[in-house]
Amino acid sequence: MAVKLDFLKSILYFSDVSLAELESISNLVFEKTADRAEMVLLEGESDENLYFVASGVVKVFKTSVEGKEQILSIVRPGESFNDVSIFDGGPNTASAQTMGPVLLYGIKRNEMETIVQNHPQIALNVIKVLARRVRHLLSLVEDLSFKHVIGRVAKILVEHIGGEIGHGPRLTQQEMAAMAGTAREVVGRSLKELEEAGVIKVDRHRIVITDKKALQKIIEVSH
Amino acid sequence: MAEMPVIEPQKCNGCGLCVGVCRCNALAVVNNVITIIETVECDWCTDCELVCTTGAIRCPFEIILQES
Repeated sequence: MAVKLDFLKSILYFSDVSLAELESISNLVFEKTADRAEMVLLEGESDENLYFVASGVVKVFKTSVEGKEQILSIVRPGESFNDVSIFDGGPNTASAQTMGPVLLYGIKRNEMETIVQNHPQIALNVIKVLARRVRHLLSLVEDLSFKHVIGRVAKILVEHIGGEIGHGPRLTQQEMAAMAGTAREVVGRSLKELEEAGVIKVDRHRIVITDKKALQKIIEVSH
Repeated sequence: MAEMPVIEPQKCNGCGLCVGVCRCNALAVVNNVITIIETVECDWCTDCELVCTTGAIRCPFEIILQES
């Protein structure tokens, strides 16, 4: 119980809430454990629980008809997921999969509604959480809609071709994202698309450019 | 020795998120700092880098040209 209370106190949903209030809320919280790579939520299906990650990491993503994955968020301890469908009553907006063993705390939709009705501070906190979510997703929409990220990533690759194997410059996906002015999740998808187009091959810690001309064409087209 | 992710111990806050997501059990928190305990070939999934909030673990790619 002490662990659960300490955890609840530390998360944005329940910040500035009295200990007495938290104690009554903690009675409504249930635990759920999951192993690596378990699907916790499936996009389009219905799940009536709001989840908080207590330990481990959960990946929230959407999948296209062709099976392409776009990560929407990486949910770490103290953060929540499935907030939107809890409050609008609709189906799950995205899928969620564990990236390792996780411990989740869950609250049922109807109980969360009662909590929000009875605790104005929590209602305000929920608004803050959802506003942050909107801000993050708007930024992702901007990246995916208006920026020719694939061309920028292609340009970065061409500009950083090393000479002798093992001695060339090295770049992380995070660094490529910073250079392209986008999110790391978008770089990951761009690399996959370039690989599917047959112009690069990702071989463990090497990105092998197999068709430089095609890569340059992608750069030109996206400008 | 197999290539492994690069750790910057001074940036590590010891949260251990990377340990949980590592598929080849190559990582452990030792004295509150992330450490590589196995030098088996990791598949460079980069999940450890993805979940790290402090930039303490990095999976850099070498970019090479190899046209047939």
